[in-house]
Amino acid sequence: MSLQTIPLHSFDAGAQAALNNPQVRRNFRQAMDGLMSKRAAAFADWELEPLRELGAAIRLRALARLPELLEQLEANLQKQGVQVHWAQTGEEACQIIRDICQARGAKSVIKGKSMVSEEMELNHFLEAAGIEALESDLGEYIVQLAEETPSHIIMPAIHKNTDEISQLLHEKTGTEPSHDVDYLTASARQQLREKFMTADVGISGVNFAVAETGTLCLVENEGNGRLTTSVPACHIAVTGIEKVIEKLEDVTPLLALLTRSATGQHITTYFNMVSAPRQADEKDGPEAVHLVLVDSGRSAIYQDEALLDTLRCIRCGACMNHCPVYTRIGGHAYGTTYPGPIGKILMPHLLGLEATQDLPSASTLCGACAEVCPVKIPIPRLLQRLRKEAVDGDSLRPSRVRGHGVKRHWRERLIWSVWRQIHARPRAYRWAGNLLTRLRGLMPKQLGGWTRVRTLPKPAARTLHQLMQTRDAQTKTAQEPRA
Amino acid sequence: MNQARAAILQRLRQGRPADFAVPESDFTVVRQRNWSLEERIERFQQKIESVQGQVHRVAEDHWIPVLIRLLAEHQINNLLLSENKAPAQALREQWHEDLPSLLSYQQPLEAWKETLFNQVDAALTSCRGGIAETGSLILWPDADEPRLMSLVPPVHFVLLQAKQIYATFDEVLREQAWVEQGLPTNALLISGPSKTADIEQTLAYGVHGPKALIVLLLE
Repeated sequence: MSLQTIPLHSFDAGAQAALNNPQVRRNFRQAMDGLMSKRAAAFADWELEPLRELGAAIRLRALARLPELLEQLEANLQKQGVQVHWAQTGEEACQIIRDICQARGAKSVIKGKSMVSEEMELNHFLEAAGIEALESDLGEYIVQLAEETPSHIIMPAIHKNTDEISQLLHEKTGTEPSHDVDYLTASARQQLREKFMTADVGISGVNFAVAETGTLCLVENEGNGRLTTSVPACHIAVTGIEKVIEKLEDVTPLLALLTRSATGQHITTYFNMVSAPRQADEKDGPEAVHLVLVDSGRSAIYQDEALLDTLRCIRCGACMNHCPVYTRIGGHAYGTTYPGPIGKILMPHLLGLEATQDLPSASTLCGACAEVCPVKIPIPRLLQRLRKEAVDGDSLRPSRVRGHGVKRHWRERLIWSVWRQIHARPRAYRWAGNLLTRLRGLMPKQLGGWTRVRTLPKPAARTLHQLMQTRDAQTKTAQEPRA
Repeated sequence: MNQARAAILQRLRQGRPADFAVPESDFTVVRQRNWSLEERIERFQQKIESVQGQVHRVAEDHWIPVLIRLLAEHQINNLLLSENKAPAQALREQWHEDLPSLLSYQQPLEAWKETLFNQVDAALTSCRGGIAETGSLILWPDADEPRLMSLVPPVHFVLLQAKQIYATFDEVLREQAWVEQGLPTNALLISGPSKTADIEQTLAYGVHGPKALIVLLLE
């Protein structure tokens, strides 16, 4: 690590802390085991491979025509009365949303679940501008009360058990401590209903934006997304530019993949398709609908034909549910908005490699994520590419990743260059082998992180070459008398 | 803002890899469901019941007495329903004073938000059909049956014609020609009552929307 970089978060420390917390480990282990078996059951009577092929093809077809589809989406939405805004950065998106709120004199915002809004830290931005922003998804609501961030992209409060949630709700909202989930849910419903009735603006994410019809699709179970997009006088949808798809028929396979991969459901309770604000004769729905398209690093990923596979993602979370690393350390240890495998390949682009240099290495490359990914993102391959970017980025043609080369160190370079020389020359190889057998007693006992959980291998007393020579000599001697 | 738009589109156009290979989209796997009407009905019922939706199969001319019985069972004091749709009119004609009072969504939401949120016990809506594969109801809310009818009251009754149960959502899009006729302000698939598993993956129903979804399946 070079001296001028300041990591935003030390992955190592976060992971160590999580590993030492038995409660966190129990909560995640149990949740992930459940999610994995539910997913398997949900796909049981499907031909999964052709379905994943179709999902990947749809996403690739959309990405191939991304600029054209964004223009088509915009034109259709505008024709239907929806206002479309573009933001190059998260901060620009926050400003656009704040300005819309302020122009309406809005004091309070109710939010449906949106990971893009987490990514750009919208709540803090709005609060600094004097606008109250309240999360209404039950998991997000719990996380917000706890002043934490989501630890999973689909189940934000998965790191907490009922005990912890009961205690939190008791402290923050005055509900009676209880293990009755129905009771806890009902009390949250009551508190949030009041907020839905009075909120000036509703802010939601988008799961799919259909260019062909100018339609924003939202996938949810609770109904808070529908309330957010129906009750306040103004609805602002915010989404990454990669969420656009070409045709309405493309929705069916993606929806089938998304809900089954995420939580093992054949469909969620609500699939909400918004195409316009309230019409003259209609009696509810927002009078104004806005869409904010956020780039925030995505168009840079798009420049590289390998890395752009990252943009296929439909945010189901199956990769984290199946990740042996995520299951053991949970979402917070990553210190980034998107944790787990998808976070490891996405966050370096959003934040730059300086701040995320540990993430691509925090993987065993076991490949479980790629095996379950509904749109077949080759996650391990992208991790390897980002590892290369982190040390060797300058020599890649041309590197698009911010902070590339940040992990390059002269000592490591020297070691590998010597290693290469030795392995390319048989005599040097033999000499080095002999040297190592002689110096085996001098090997260090500790070697950084490697020996923390492993014993350092000790070179053998004799090299393979030496052993083979001895064996050949013995065989010869043994054969001689017979001859 | 226009500057951002131009910059983003330019980056995407200039940076797009030249040989962008796009595989063929083969939709066979989500089509090819040769279910008979009875199979579609059974599958619809099984799927929606698996997420605590209730289904009552009734003869087309006998649904009103069944609804009256269900209203009593759920101790419902008032029912919000359409003004103009034929089934709602039939119901209004057969109604009498001893039964729960009937409400209609006559004014814009803003004029009666408090009442809608706090005092309406149940709503009855029509739908545009069902989906067997996922146990879903298709709703296109309109001026007569606005979108909050299927969301805010604690109990939602839906009238569904059995012969309008399609195999898949894909089939619905094609048979009902959604793209050709254009989408409404809001279109919905509803598959069961509102639910959450955000507290330690324990399922709880009725978190923000209805606690009960009751389908009267008309045959």
